[in-house]
Amino acid sequence: MADRTDRRPDPEELLRRVQAGERRERRGRLKVFLGYAPRVGKSFRMFDEGRRRKQRGQDVVIGALQGNLTPELETITADLEVIPPVRERYAGREWDVINLADIFRRHPWTCLIDGLAFDNPPGSRNPHRWQDVEELLERGIAVITAVNLQHIQEKQDAVERITGKRAANSVPEEFLLEADEIEVVDAPTEALIGRAHDVSMPDPRQLAELREMALLLAADVVERQLRDYLDDHGIAVRWGAQERILVCLTARSNARAMLESGHRNALRFHGALLAAYVEHSRLDAADQRRLDSNLDLARQLGADVHCLHNDDFVDAILDFAREQRVTQVFLGHTGRERRWWEARSAVDRLIDAAEDFDVRLFPHREG
Amino acid sequence: MSERHKGRLKVYLGYAAGVGKTYRMLEEAQELKRQGVDIVIGYFEPHGRKETIAMTEGLECVPRRVIRYNNATFEEMDTDAILRRRPALALVDEFAHTNVPGSERVKRWQDVHALLDAGIDVIATMNVQHLESLNDQVWHVTGVRVRETVPDWVIDDADEVVLVDLTPQALRNRLERGVVYASEKAQKAMDNFFTETNLSALREMAMRHTAHEVEEKLAAAPTAAAVEASPAASDHQPRADQAPQAKERILICLTGNPSSAVLIRRGKRVADYLQADCLAIHVAGPGEDRGAIERHLSFARNLRIETHVVEEPEVPRAIADFARQQRITQIFMGRSAPRPWYRSVRETVVQEVVRHSREMQVTIVASRRR
Repeated sequence: MADRTDRRPDPEELLRRVQAGERRERRGRLKVFLGYAPRVGKSFRMFDEGRRRKQRGQDVVIGALQGNLTPELETITADLEVIPPVRERYAGREWDVINLADIFRRHPWTCLIDGLAFDNPPGSRNPHRWQDVEELLERGIAVITAVNLQHIQEKQDAVERITGKRAANSVPEEFLLEADEIEVVDAPTEALIGRAHDVSMPDPRQLAELREMALLLAADVVERQLRDYLDDHGIAVRWGAQERILVCLTARSNARAMLESGHRNALRFHGALLAAYVEHSRLDAADQRRLDSNLDLARQLGADVHCLHNDDFVDAILDFAREQRVTQVFLGHTGRERRWWEARSAVDRLIDAAEDFDVRLFPHREG
Repeated sequence: MSERHKGRLKVYLGYAAGVGKTYRMLEEAQELKRQGVDIVIGYFEPHGRKETIAMTEGLECVPRRVIRYNNATFEEMDTDAILRRRPALALVDEFAHTNVPGSERVKRWQDVHALLDAGIDVIATMNVQHLESLNDQVWHVTGVRVRETVPDWVIDDADEVVLVDLTPQALRNRLERGVVYASEKAQKAMDNFFTETNLSALREMAMRHTAHEVEEKLAAAPTAAAVEASPAASDHQPRADQAPQAKERILICLTGNPSSAVLIRRGKRVADYLQADCLAIHVAGPGEDRGAIERHLSFARNLRIETHVVEEPEVPRAIADFARQQRITQIFMGRSAPRPWYRSVRETVVQEVVRHSREMQVTIVASRRR
């Protein structure tokens, strides 16, 4: 029987889910509008949603607005109650800090918070505005907020590589992943360029790269939320919108070609790269060294490396591929010719059983 | 972007009815009209949605053409009337629509091309599940086989693809409030197609596809900044990694088997993402279903795959020889049919192709049952 221990969702992941579930019961709902650059219109979408909710009878207030409102924002926020932030002076600068005390007292159903990535001045109750939002949620107040890609902490290196600039303040990606809903505010890049008259705006190419990145970030969040939802509801599925590539490694496989191709494919599809080997004890020292170096290479290329325990190679790969919702399995073909009594090699059996994923066979050795 | 039209095409891409594609299109039209652009509504599907209908106020609408077919009347976009009217911009809902038989063109996207060729800009709306390359995946997820499809190149050729996003929760709220469908239809929709799982999966596809379109357009239009060898190799940018790699060439092996459609879509999708050339071959032999093969070949050509037919008695060798001669890097095949036990000692076609093409990658495409 297969040892399945290292294929269950890890305990930390389970704990995270249970805790998240419990917290969600009490917490207010969080909705985040994600934009890829200033002026894509995320504040507009946020306030528009607030306005619509109010029209439907929900108790909505604004907890934070950004500086000078455009005429459009002026109109759309006109009917909404505002609990003004507290203006503080610190180190020669003015800071708007959410008035938590007043919002708690007023206790609306929904609070709209613009400028999620803002920092509070030193000595405030919380250093960052997103932490203020956490408090609102903990008190059971729903929050709708808006943030731009360049403020997502884990994406800041990549954004800096594109634009050469780095935003001073940030929000952890985890905050986004924990949101009940995330909505992308997409707009053609040309619209932004036409609208912006300042030099700080990235050029069209940079904007397009940021836009792609924001869309993929949102897709990853949706993917993770969908997975959690399915797991929570005990629904097993074998599909996913994301390409997931599994490279099967052995001591003898042409690992470099397979892994490099897997890496390139995963990048192209913005998918996941996994590598697996099926453990067996009959490896001699030389083969073990070859296998170890193949696994090192896999890790260097960013593959998620797994060791499978199963006496049967085909069953091991099949089970793992299903569980990981793999869409493509990369295999090396056996180097030697098939002999007449071997009607079905392991590769053939895997191909016959592969219902949910493609099998890509690689030449055994180059040259 | 292989075909250049005179007009510009912009597509609002959504993932289900009710996400607000038409609303966004009309919102933009109102803004452009204020700026003095000459706009007409070419085709608008109101679905009885009040807020959306209100957005059409003040916009000129070209009346639909009434077509009689099988003792019933149908209404289609009146492309000729729009061409005569010659606006600067036309709005066209439901880009993936198939026209009723007897119409001048089979597909609405072909009508749109006629407008673009005449120099009229078009804004259109479409849902992601109508993309040909996603047809199998959508069926796999939702159980629905979408019949009205648009070849991917049509969307790749659009000047701009914009995602219209809405969370599934918000969409389901809209359904519950009866904004999207009349209420008895709404409950049915919620239980069937509009489940949280289906909507999330479709939404993720729409996001990934829009990202793919942005990347395609980036790759197609290198600017001075890119030529400058800027180190734009951020963690999601494959271009830098891709550079030293020779261009991949993919060969799809077609048969008369119905599963060839899946094979064609899958091979083409992989080719598109790898920016590879894509060819298809059929090795003709006696006693085959000519009609089915012709359909598959023409389906492949509609997706802009270069097709070849060769006549050879020995199929696996013919495939291998052709692949070698065409410098193919990857062969795509369907699974061989299961054999009776008494023939199981002989090699399958897949096994033979693999044996003959040892220096190439061979991909065996799964049938992906539900």
